[in-house]
Amino acid sequence: MKANPAGVLTGAHFLDGDQACCEGALAAGANFAAGYPITPSTEVVERFAARIPTVGGLFIQMEDELASSIAILGAAWAGKKVFTVTSGPGFSLMMEHIGLAAMTETPCVFVDVQRGGPSTGLPTLPGQADMMQARWGSHGDYETIALCPNSPQECFDLMIDAFNLAEQYRLPVLFMMDECVGHMTEKVVIPPADGIEIFPRRFTSLPPSEYKPFKPGTDGVPEMVKAGDGYRFHITGLTHDEQGYPAMNWREQEKLVRRLVEKVRKNTDQIVRYEERDIEDAEVVVVAYGITSRVALRAIQMARAEGIRVGLLRPIVVWPFPEKHIRELSEKVKAFVVVEMNYGQMVYEVERCAAGKARTELVDHGGGTVHEPEDVLKAIREVAR
Amino acid sequence: MSTLPMVEPAINPVEPFLRTDRMPHIWCPGCGIGTTVNCFARALVESKLNLDKVAIVSGIGCTGRVAGYMRLDSFHTTHGRAIPFATGLKLANPELSVVVYSGDGDLIAIGGNHFIHAARRNVDLKVICINNFTYGMTGGQVAPTTPIGATATTTPYGCFERPFNLPYLAESSGAVYVARWTSFHVRHITRSMVEAFNKKGFSFIEIITPCPTLYLRRNKLGDSLDTMRYYKQKSVIKNGANTKEVEIALGGEIICGKFVDIERPTLGQSMSMQLSKSLGARYAAPGGR
Repeated sequence: MKANPAGVLTGAHFLDGDQACCEGALAAGANFAAGYPITPSTEVVERFAARIPTVGGLFIQMEDELASSIAILGAAWAGKKVFTVTSGPGFSLMMEHIGLAAMTETPCVFVDVQRGGPSTGLPTLPGQADMMQARWGSHGDYETIALCPNSPQECFDLMIDAFNLAEQYRLPVLFMMDECVGHMTEKVVIPPADGIEIFPRRFTSLPPSEYKPFKPGTDGVPEMVKAGDGYRFHITGLTHDEQGYPAMNWREQEKLVRRLVEKVRKNTDQIVRYEERDIEDAEVVVVAYGITSRVALRAIQMARAEGIRVGLLRPIVVWPFPEKHIRELSEKVKAFVVVEMNYGQMVYEVERCAAGKARTELVDHGGGTVHEPEDVLKAIREVAR
Repeated sequence: MSTLPMVEPAINPVEPFLRTDRMPHIWCPGCGIGTTVNCFARALVESKLNLDKVAIVSGIGCTGRVAGYMRLDSFHTTHGRAIPFATGLKLANPELSVVVYSGDGDLIAIGGNHFIHAARRNVDLKVICINNFTYGMTGGQVAPTTPIGATATTTPYGCFERPFNLPYLAESSGAVYVARWTSFHVRHITRSMVEAFNKKGFSFIEIITPCPTLYLRRNKLGDSLDTMRYYKQKSVIKNGANTKEVEIALGGEIICGKFVDIERPTLGQSMSMQLSKSLGARYAAPGGR
């Protein structure tokens, strides 16, 4: 279906990433957000709090991140399209409810505008060190989908995709921004509402007597209902059967958790998305995402000027990881250079997929500012030698 | 051979409100939670609510299992977070009557911050707190309600922390309806629940119940029947009592009654009043989308 025009601010704008992220949520049809102030993410909900009362929906500032991350789940079960926004310390507090959302298959979007960590770290300065937390942060086995924009325009565009993926697969989608992208102001073009595709909630058409809340469809995803419609359904964070009732034994655990994992794993090819530049003749591939990909691109231009055959692979969907593609590339290229604003996270994935067939070098950075293109260039020269 | 007279099969009037396919329940013999669930079901009958529009939210623990036994839209959430989940649910669909049914550890220890903020905001929730002075599900640890001197697995030499006085906490945080009963006071409990259903705003009902397995036995307080006798002898009904003066001591008097019943705009009402005032015709009330 097409987007509801009420939330779509069609036109060309000059916005920072945080504001564009908010506009993306509105265009996607978000009508409930809860949040707790935290730098450098607060602008997203500040804009939402200003915009949503005239669009139709509501924002509430909760008492902490635990509360905001579960208030949105309550609202989702009342039929709303929901999201919350935070940064590192708040993201840590939200982990429990990313798990609850995964277990109860509640569509929702969690935005993390990453800053330097650990702990309070660098509140106003960038980092990319929550990438593995996005994948593994909540306890137990589950799969999430995570997206990583590298411009305000992408903050808008990918936020719509984040909501669509959350609805399609019924899970928490993580939107992994960073302080640079969040606070960088660029031109953002918002299309007309009829140019925006929306994946609607998978509401059941079955009557209450036939409906089972966790009976999967052919794609492994169950149909949803909302409170107040007479279904008298039960939702629990405990391991549960198709009826939604607690069922604490290994058989139900195997059936449920395997399905939660497989509904993403079996659809990885449909979910994975990346951008490539100058890859056709490349013997060196730089892997970078978010703001870092823009620094990497400068280094690639410098290396190309020196005659080095180097290209860029930018994962846009970072989880699930473009595993198959890295495997294919590793057969053809000499080396991968992974550039990230942490001391090595996604590099483990690249290394795992390259499986010794191509050299993998990390250009790390503790955060607080972006890499110098020269540092990336140095690594490219080194592996190309 | 004489034939026995035909007897109509006895129908438990609360059965339609329970998920009978989930019985037997997990609670121990003598536990007070089931008694309160019976009162709750009777309150649902008496309040004549459209049950399709009643949702129940629980946290974690013995009382946390209540949601799962009620034939309502029901949510068993994370430990301590029933109130913020219920806040999202209620704000997103104001048509729903939202009940939070949980224990003292869940609502007041791990969930304490949410409790005071929901009362402050006057979220239209009916919060039922089963207070058995201990953590039952995890095996009898000390709670923020455990009376001084009572032993628990984590205070083997006696509790030395001052407990919360829940009605006082609720009132001073902003609750518009506050009552306390023991599981001996079944008719009073039902009446308070019906009153809460008819009330807009943050309503709080504390129900003192026995935990025979962990609290009574460890503290040599006899069995649940002895506790009923204690509740009967030592509880005093003082409607309108000053909540500051209703603290509970080990083996002491339990002051029960309806302590607070006032009017104050709910969060939803205050929100739409303020937004209408500021935005005028530009305000698009939630739900319109």
